[in-house]
Amino acid sequence: CCSACEIMICLFVSLQQCVWGKVKAHPLQHCRRYTTAGDSGSNAGKIVAASLLTVGGGLGSTILYAKWDPKFRANIEKSVPYSDQLFEMALGPPPPPLVPLQKKPVRVTITFTFPLSVFDACLHKDHHEPALKERPAEEVSARLAQQDKVEQDALAALTAGLEESLGSSAKTTLQAIGAQEAVLTAIATHTNKLKEAMDSQTPPDEKSTQWKALNEALSDRTRAMEEAEEALLKAKGELEILRGVINSAKQSKIDAARPQILAAEENLHSMIVDLDKVVTKVQTAQTEAKIMSQYSELVNEAKAQFQQELANITPEIQANWKGLSGKLSADDLNSLIAHAHRRIDQLNRELAEQRVREQIHIEVALEQQKLEDQKALERAVASALEHRREDMRLEQEKKVQEVREVMEAEMRTQLRRQAAAHTDHLRDVLKVQEQELHEEIMNSKMMEQETHYRRLTQEQLDTFTLDMNAAYARLKGIEEAIDSHVIAEEEARKAHQLWLSVEALNYTLKSAGADSPTEPLEGAVGVIKENCAENEFAQALASALPEESLSRGIYGEASLRARFYDIRRLARRVALIDETRNSLYQYFLSYLQSILLFEREQVAPPAKLAPEDLDTFRLLAYATYSIERGDLELAAKFVNQLRGASQRVAQDWLKEARLTLETKQVISLLLAYANAVGLGTTQAP
Amino acid sequence: MSEKELGQKWDHCLADSAIKFGTGLGLGIVFSVVFFKRRTWPIVFGTGLGLGMAYSNCQNDLRSHYVLHSKVAKEQ
Repeated sequence: CCSACEIMICLFVSLQQCVWGKVKAHPLQHCRRYTTAGDSGSNAGKIVAASLLTVGGGLGSTILYAKWDPKFRANIEKSVPYSDQLFEMALGPPPPPLVPLQKKPVRVTITFTFPLSVFDACLHKDHHEPALKERPAEEVSARLAQQDKVEQDALAALTAGLEESLGSSAKTTLQAIGAQEAVLTAIATHTNKLKEAMDSQTPPDEKSTQWKALNEALSDRTRAMEEAEEALLKAKGELEILRGVINSAKQSKIDAARPQILAAEENLHSMIVDLDKVVTKVQTAQTEAKIMSQYSELVNEAKAQFQQELANITPEIQANWKGLSGKLSADDLNSLIAHAHRRIDQLNRELAEQRVREQIHIEVALEQQKLEDQKALERAVASALEHRREDMRLEQEKKVQEVREVMEAEMRTQLRRQAAAHTDHLRDVLKVQEQELHEEIMNSKMMEQETHYRRLTQEQLDTFTLDMNAAYARLKGIEEAIDSHVIAEEEARKAHQLWLSVEALNYTLKSAGADSPTEPLEGAVGVIKENCAENEFAQALASALPEESLSRGIYGEASLRARFYDIRRLARRVALIDETRNSLYQYFLSYLQSILLFEREQVAPPAKLAPEDLDTFRLLAYATYSIERGDLELAAKFVNQLRGASQRVAQDWLKEARLTLETKQVISLLLAYANAVGLGTTQAP
Repeated sequence: MSEKELGQKWDHCLADSAIKFGTGLGLGIVFSVVFFKRRTWPIVFGTGLGLGMAYSNCQNDLRSHYVLHSKVAKEQ
C-alpha cells in the first residue's frame, strides 16, 4: 500500500525533474536522473516537435481516411464543428448522395395525359356538333313550295320539249306522207302513160310525144321516189327523237305530265301508222308498176321479134317508116301473106298450147301469189299486231290514269266525310258533357243545404263534448299535479342524498398527508353505491374509479409536486441514456451535460408542440412551469413524452399522477352530476 | 419507486467496486510478495483487474434493462 503511494509520488517527481531539470532533495530508491540541465531546451523542443508530429499525423490520417470512406467523413462533419470546412478545403466537396432515377414515372404521366387530352378534345368536338332537330314549319312549307316550283319548271320544260319535238316530227311526217303520195301519183301517171304507149292505136306522130311524155313521167317518178326516200328517212329520224324525248319525260316521273305524255305517245303512234300505211301503198303501186313494166317489156320484145322476122322475110322493106303502102311487089306481098299465115298458125297453135297450159300457169301463178300474199300478210299482220299492241298499251295507260284520278277523288271525299264525322262526334260529346255539368251543379246545390244542416247539428254536439272533455281534463290535471308533487319530493330527497354522499367522497380526498396517500376511498364509494342504487349514471361513475384509489388511496397534489422535483433532477442527470447509449462513460457524459447545461427552470409551454420541443430538458421545463401553476394534467402530459432512461425514472411518478388525475376527474363528474340533479329537483318558490 | 432504482444501482455499483478494488489490491500484494519478489507490477495488475471487473459489473448492471434476455426452450 505505502509502496504503491511511493511509486506514484516518485513517478510524478521524476516527470517534473525531467521537464524542468530541478532535483528534489529526496533521493529515493528508484529515482534516477535521466537528463542534464542543458538538455532541457532541446527536450522541450523535442517534446513540442513530438506533439506537433502526433497532432499532424492524427489530422492527416483522419483526412486520408475521410477521403476513402465518405460515411466516416459525414460522421466527423456531424460531430466536430468546422470540420466540414476543413474537409472541403482539403478534399473538395463531399460526394453527392445517390438519388433514384425519376425519369420513368414522369414519362408515363406525359403519355398518359396525352391520350386523355385527345380524348378530351374528341369529347369537346362531339359536344359542339349539334344534334339533329326538326325543321320548323315555315322551312318545311318553303321547301315544299320550292319543290313544287322545281316540279313545275321541269314540267313546263318537258311539255315545251314534247310539243316542240311533236311539232317537228308532225311536220316531217306530213312531208314524208306528201312525198309518198306524190310518188304514188307519179307512179300512177307513169303506168298510165306506159299503158297508153303500149296501146298502138294512136297515130304515129303522137307516139313520139307519148314516148317523150313517158320518159318524162319516168324521170318524174324516179325523182319523186328519191324525194320520198329522203323525206321518209327524215321523218323516221324525227320520230326516233320524239320517242327519245317521251322516254326521258317518262323517266322524270312527274305525275302532272302524264296525260301530255300519253297524248304525245298517241300522236307518235298514229304518225308511225300513217307512215307505214303510205309506205305499203307505195310498195303496192311499185309492184303494179313493175308488172306493168314487165308487160311493156314483153310487148316490146314481141314487137321486136316480129319486126326481125319480118325483116328476115322481107329484108328490103322496113316496117317502121314509109308505111306498108309503097313499093311492095306481089311476091313480097305473097311471102308476106304466107308469113302472116304461118305466123297466124303458129300463134293459134301457141294459143291452144297456152290455153292448155293456162291452168297450170294459173296454178303456179296462184301458188306464187299465195306465197307472196302470205309474206305480205305476215308482214301486215306483224305490223298490225305491233300497232294493236301499242294501241292497247296506250289505252291501258289512259285507263290507269283515269282510275287514279277517280281514286284520288274518292279518297278526298272519304277524308272529308271522316272530318265531318269527327266534328259531329265532338259536338255530341260536348253536348253530353254540358248536360252532365248542369246536373252536377243542380245536385251540388241540394247537397250544400244538406251539409249546412248537418254542420249545425255537429257543432252543437261538439261544443257539448268539448265542455265534457275540458271538465275531465281538469280533473285529470289536478290528480297529476298531486302525483307529480309526490314524485318531485321523492326526487329531491334522492338528489339530496346523492349530493351528500358525493360531498363525503370529495372530503376524503382532503385526508392526504405530505407524503402519504389518502384513506382508501372504498368506504365513501360504497356509500354512494348503496344510496343511489337506482341512479345508473352514478353507479357507472362509481365503478369507473381505479382499483388502486379504492384500496390504497391516492396521493395529493402537494406530495406529487415535491416528488416531481426529485424526478426532475434525476431525469436531467440521465438525459443522454437510452437503448443505444448506456455505457458508464455515457452516464458520465450525461451527468456532465446536466451540470453544464444552463437553462431556465420554468418555460411556458407553447400551444402546439414542435419536434424540437421533445428534448428532455425542454419537456421538464414545461412540466415544471405547469406544475407550479397547479396544472398537474399538463405536467403529466409532458412527462409522458420523456424517452429513454428519463422515462424509466419518471415511470412511477407518472403512474401516481395518472391515478390521482383519474380519481379527481371521476369525483368532479359525480359532483357536477349531483349538483345538476339537485338543481333540477329544486322547485322555484 | 422507479426513481430510487437508479440510486440503488449506483450504491450497489460503488460497493462492488470498493470490494473488488480492495480484493484486487490484496491479492496483488500477496502475489507480489509470495511469487514475484516484491515487484510493483503484480499489485498494480491486481488493482487494475479489480477496478476493471468492478467497472464491467457496474456497466452491465446499469445496462441490464436494455439487454435482451433469451431462454432456451425445453424440448418436449
